[in-house]
Amino acid sequence: MMRFKMWKPTGLALAAIAATAAVALAVPSAMAQRDPAYAAARAAGQIGEQPDGYLGFASTPTPAIRALVQDLNIKRKAAYTERAQATGSTVEQFAFTSGCNLIANTKPGEKYQAPDGRWLTRDDSPPVRNASCP
Amino acid sequence: MNTPKTGARRRAIVGHSLAVLIGAAALTGCVQIETPDKPIEINLNINIRQEVVYRLDGDAKKLIEQNSEIF
Repeated sequence: MMRFKMWKPTGLALAAIAATAAVALAVPSAMAQRDPAYAAARAAGQIGEQPDGYLGFASTPTPAIRALVQDLNIKRKAAYTERAQATGSTVEQFAFTSGCNLIANTKPGEKYQAPDGRWLTRDDSPPVRNASCP
Repeated sequence: MNTPKTGARRRAIVGHSLAVLIGAAALTGCVQIETPDKPIEINLNINIRQEVVYRLDGDAKKLIEQNSEIF
């Protein structure tokens, strides 16, 4: 009886540790998800992927959407800059290569910019991309 | 005695200069190449870029996967 009582708190502590670990594991995946406002603007076709690796406006944005896109583009540029340095390329080259992939990754209904500057809606067919894209 | 010789020489000189002129004209014709315009340059740029893009493609894919919240 005594022994059981002594073990119980340990069991609780272990459960707490396990719960903390689960939360720690869950947090990165939650962080990795798109901001709901961003996801909504994307799905609505207000914003889309440009060939240069940054987000652009397919239609005149609200100030909130403009701020959101500017923030994401700053973060993207920071990420491109870091990877460009690590791979011995220029920020433009790395951003462009990412743009090729980001346009390829667009889902049907989302907007992307063709090399000639037109905003197109992605459908089931392959997107119109720059000839240099792999 | 001199006259036919001079005549022949003259004719020879005229012939030479004509040949030189024709040659020069032919040369000018060869040298006149259309100045390389933009399309050639653009094609070169695309080739260079394509190499770079292919090299960076794997890294770009990884970056997008690992930072999905900003892409």
